[in-house]
Amino acid sequence: MTGEMTNLVVAVAPKFEGYVYPNEAIPHPLWGFLIVIYPYITGLVAGAFIMASLVRVFKVKALEPVYRLALLTALAFLLCATLPLLFHLGHPERCYEIMMTPHFTSPMAMFGFVYAWYLMAVLLLELWFDYRHDFVRWSKITPGFQGFIYRVLTVGVMDESPQALALDEKLGWILSIVGIPSAFLLHGYVGFIFGSIKANPWWGNVLMPIIFIMSAIVSGIALCVFVYMLLTWFRRRTVEMHCLDTMAMFLFYALVMDASLEALDWIHRIYAAEEGFSVMQTMIREKLFYTLNLGQATVGTLLPLLLLGSLQILRRRVPEAVRRRMIFGSSAMILVGVLAMRWNVVIGGQLFSKSLRGVMGYKLEFAGVEGWLMGLILLSLPFIILTVFVKLFLSERLPSTGHAPPNNAAADI
Amino acid sequence: MKTRFSRRSVLTKLGGAIAGLFTLSAARAAKAAVQKVLASSGAPKDYDATKHKWLMCIDVNRCIGCGLCAEACKKENGVPEGPYFRTWIERYVILKPEPGSGQTRGETLVDSPDGGMHGFPALTVPTDKIEHSFFVPKLCNLCKYSPCVQVCPVGASFDAPDGAVLVDPKYCIGCGFCIQACPYGCRFLSPVTHTAEKCTLCYHRITRGLKPACVEVCPGQARIFGDLMTAGPDDPIRKFYENNRVQVLKPHLGTEPRVLYAGLDKEVR
Repeated sequence: MTGEMTNLVVAVAPKFEGYVYPNEAIPHPLWGFLIVIYPYITGLVAGAFIMASLVRVFKVKALEPVYRLALLTALAFLLCATLPLLFHLGHPERCYEIMMTPHFTSPMAMFGFVYAWYLMAVLLLELWFDYRHDFVRWSKITPGFQGFIYRVLTVGVMDESPQALALDEKLGWILSIVGIPSAFLLHGYVGFIFGSIKANPWWGNVLMPIIFIMSAIVSGIALCVFVYMLLTWFRRRTVEMHCLDTMAMFLFYALVMDASLEALDWIHRIYAAEEGFSVMQTMIREKLFYTLNLGQATVGTLLPLLLLGSLQILRRRVPEAVRRRMIFGSSAMILVGVLAMRWNVVIGGQLFSKSLRGVMGYKLEFAGVEGWLMGLILLSLPFIILTVFVKLFLSERLPSTGHAPPNNAAADI
Repeated sequence: MKTRFSRRSVLTKLGGAIAGLFTLSAARAAKAAVQKVLASSGAPKDYDATKHKWLMCIDVNRCIGCGLCAEACKKENGVPEGPYFRTWIERYVILKPEPGSGQTRGETLVDSPDGGMHGFPALTVPTDKIEHSFFVPKLCNLCKYSPCVQVCPVGASFDAPDGAVLVDPKYCIGCGFCIQACPYGCRFLSPVTHTAEKCTLCYHRITRGLKPACVEVCPGQARIFGDLMTAGPDDPIRKFYENNRVQVLKPHLGTEPRVLYAGLDKEVR
């Protein structure tokens, strides 16, 4: 247990207990921290998109202030989703082969297509149709380089007639509807990459894609809450409580679903106690003690469930300032908890031998491609991109026509 | 209002672009498939993979654990130093049960120091406490439904028609998915080429009429190798599977390994 903690800071020689296949006795797990980040980021994308579609498809008016923010968040993270994958490849220069000579029985190859579809056909198009009218208007009133960017983004379609705007709205709606199954597919496929590995009892599980989708929705909504509250704080505005309460409600129900599914998974594993069960017990008790029991179960699930659940019962009796802190705290804890969950899946699946006779150690280094510095950089990159997006597309100085930006900021300028 | 974009023209252009992409992709896939069998396997040009069906079988009772096979494999195939093996030997020591425990067996101890390449150290357990002790050579199981080939995103891992499961080093992107998918731990990511590597049955040798290096050096004839297409009645491989009751490793996974073992124990995974 202490070994796991010290490994986060300094390099410790790998240790093996019991028997591991000779090829498994490598110093690092084959899939390291980068592959932990990859499903994490992809999940945030899918979740943020589902959150946005609550406004567009399910007409949840209370969430309109975060509609565009949620979509831009999804885009910022989607742009970074394949970076960890790319960096971990032995031959990144051959990555195009996944698209050029795809192998159709491989979940990883199909992910390339689902990713491309989701980025090009769903997210970018939906954002474009939503923003097109604004781009046209902003390009006329904004001078300099920024105005040039808006002009380029209109792609020369300057039509502002009511028919054209109605068409924008309709196509955006259709794309949003197409986007929901696409978002499920995007992250379901990530779950399938692990769930389809029958060689590994920790991964090979029919529930894996569904658990990944549900945890993605949870983390995505939590991210939207987090980003929204940060943004209003940076802008010295007040949070719109109705919107925040509604997000907290959806977050709570999604978390209930997610926790139930994961509980079902564990109950089944413990009850069925199939091959490799004793190795799994070692994992829970020793190898993944902190990240699973503390990170995933306590911080990521139980505490937010209690906080958000009590808010659902007590509702308005809790003062606003306290509610804000409780919701912000819950979303931050969920973001940490879901990262811990990805860690437990990806790293956990590689900490025991497929001979089921031994366990491996793990060292997470500071530097290097799979080190935690690189992980931090990759995790902060989407936030940097999002900051640029917010400056450009959620600017308080520009009048907005679409779904209102945070706090209806444009209205009071 | 009339626009420059009609629905028909946009749809035609879009359809054309998608069809173009698919054609390009299909053409590349076809070219790749041809290249794979013909170019990157290390076989001579006149070798016809459809005329052979190679198989290796293991007689566990004959293995003495000398480790020559693992060493020969490393040398013959230039396998990198360290925890990288295309073949290795495991030692199983099954202890007698504690008296009065009501068990049939005691603990099972398994080891494979350096893949068994330099033999095995003397046992620390007293001989009279050992119920069974034996060696098990391991290699690619040549699965009929190979999970490693199934998951390769670019098709660099492939089933050759002659039964070998090969990796095209020119296509492999080094993602490691096949290594995760192999239930037997038979693959590794080479620190030299950064691609997945595995036992090829010494493809460069068997396609030229030679035996795999491990079979060549095995003093106990624990490894039996042959061509099922041409094996006559006296061929060792045919005698082996006719005279023995055989087992495969991890049969419950449905990979249908073709490598057959005689004299296996339930503890072997």
